[in-house]
Amino acid sequence: MSGSVSYLLQRLIGVMVTILFVAITIFLMVRILPGDPARVIAGVLASDQDVARIRTQLGLDRPLWTQAGIFLRDLAQGDLGISARTSNPVSQEILARLPYTALLAVVSLALAIAVGLPLGAWAAARAGSVADLAVSALVLFGISMPVYWLGLMLIVLFSIHLRWLPAAGASGPLSIVLPAITLAAFSVAFIARITRSSLLEVLRQDYVRTARAKGARSRTVLWRHALRNALPPIITVIGLQFGELLGGAILTETVFGWPGMGRLLVDSIFSRDYPMVQGLVIVFALMFALVNLAVDLLYERIDPRVRYG
Amino acid sequence: MASETLRRLLRNPSAVAGATLIVLLVLAGILAPFLTPYDPSKQQLAEVLQHPSAAHPLGTDQLGRDLLARLLFGGRLTLFIGAFSVTMGLLVGVPLGIVSGFYRGAVDMVIQRVMDLMLAFTTFLLALTLVSLLGVGLTNVIVAVGISTIPRFARLVRASVLTIREISYVEATRALGSPDRRVLWRHVLPNAIAPVIVQATLSMGGAILTAAGLGFLGLGVQPPTPEWGAMLGQGRNYIFSNPSVTTFPGLAIFLAVMGFNLLGDGLRDALDPQLRGLR
Repeated sequence: MSGSVSYLLQRLIGVMVTILFVAITIFLMVRILPGDPARVIAGVLASDQDVARIRTQLGLDRPLWTQAGIFLRDLAQGDLGISARTSNPVSQEILARLPYTALLAVVSLALAIAVGLPLGAWAAARAGSVADLAVSALVLFGISMPVYWLGLMLIVLFSIHLRWLPAAGASGPLSIVLPAITLAAFSVAFIARITRSSLLEVLRQDYVRTARAKGARSRTVLWRHALRNALPPIITVIGLQFGELLGGAILTETVFGWPGMGRLLVDSIFSRDYPMVQGLVIVFALMFALVNLAVDLLYERIDPRVRYG
Repeated sequence: MASETLRRLLRNPSAVAGATLIVLLVLAGILAPFLTPYDPSKQQLAEVLQHPSAAHPLGTDQLGRDLLARLLFGGRLTLFIGAFSVTMGLLVGVPLGIVSGFYRGAVDMVIQRVMDLMLAFTTFLLALTLVSLLGVGLTNVIVAVGISTIPRFARLVRASVLTIREISYVEATRALGSPDRRVLWRHVLPNAIAPVIVQATLSMGGAILTAAGLGFLGLGVQPPTPEWGAMLGQGRNYIFSNPSVTTFPGLAIFLAVMGFNLLGDGLRDALDPQLRGLR
């Protein structure tokens, strides 16, 4: 037991190192890439004094390494700086939006697993049939569909024509339905595809034939024996595509006016709120890293061959 | 061997369907001036948001511009952005992967950690962050999307090179004193190329989606240049009065991405040595 605790600690440190590097990278990108943040925030018409004032206010007039030191010291205390637009702490603004993005991501991921996994298994059990072909077509549609377009088309159908569901905002339990379906579509397709191929691989194995020969019902073989063994690669893919899901969330939130971190990021980019952009990128990367850590831990639970790195 | 691969490709329905879609899109882009009498940027404020008609087969947008003309000319830009950014990903990612896999050791470690770092940003967020800092516009979109495709190529090539360098004839060539450069060009690269072709094709679809997503947010190619993602983003304000302004650009993006996904899947089947000899 203490072994697994120290292992968990080790992995958490790994996540923190990743985030530290992400933070340093975004810090350097903001300061080294062409373009003067102070000039941009002040606007085209601002006087040189105004630009200088903003530069001092943001601490951009100090040497780079001093800035980096302050940035990292604050970061360690959970302080992401002050928003250039609202003058509120960045961390406070992000925390206000975080629950919306987390809710959208979790509901979409759950939906994607609940639909994608059985769909892929169903297709694998009927490999080569018309049903299998139909699932393949559906998968192709799902992975080729621009998430923002799907969202708009769902709004046209369900909000404008049928008037069943709200088109925008987050004002009741029904408001999450369209954004969640939109965001889940790509993941449904991805999970269905990997489930199908992973199961087909397992169904060729000897122990599956043995189970069949023993007279186990094919449904039992598929769901109890085969799926359990096909799960590890499926789980890995679910973790990796969570990054795509977060990217999709930025676009989905914009389409539906969902008040999450993605929309805050887009708004902050337009208002040149660099401290906010910096903070949001770090928090997005943290979410991705933590989900992948969770996936790895789950993986080890399910596949006893893999243990403690 | 090349003709054998081609024969397998032509028998693969997915590859044929994908290639057909792409050829049609390329032709539409090349022949755009002959397929429509309209200038894609010409505003006709007396004819805004018209529904499809004989004069305007797909209708007009919020500034009275012919939607078909904008789609045809916009396709050029979409394919152009996709091709250039994937080329950039290839030109940087493939050499990084080769060096990483061939020399291993400290170089490998550094390169792989940098790739991990880029992947930690996630593809879309990386492109979005880069474009927001570099500024909008065609070149910066290509650079941002191109950079975001690098890690996949580097990872993929590294994995193949690690295997290839252990193949006995490659080891033998090295033992006989062939210079590294020769071994890399003559033996390692040709053996690593097949999965790279597949990945490049699939990445075209991904790059088009990412670039159009940036355009949709208003962070891509700037108006009045016709670009599918930007058309969709600007058209969505008129979704209540005329949904075709968003329907058609989205459909175009969808078909282009699907074309590359189909071709990529078909290429994988045709090039995958494990499947060779089957059927």
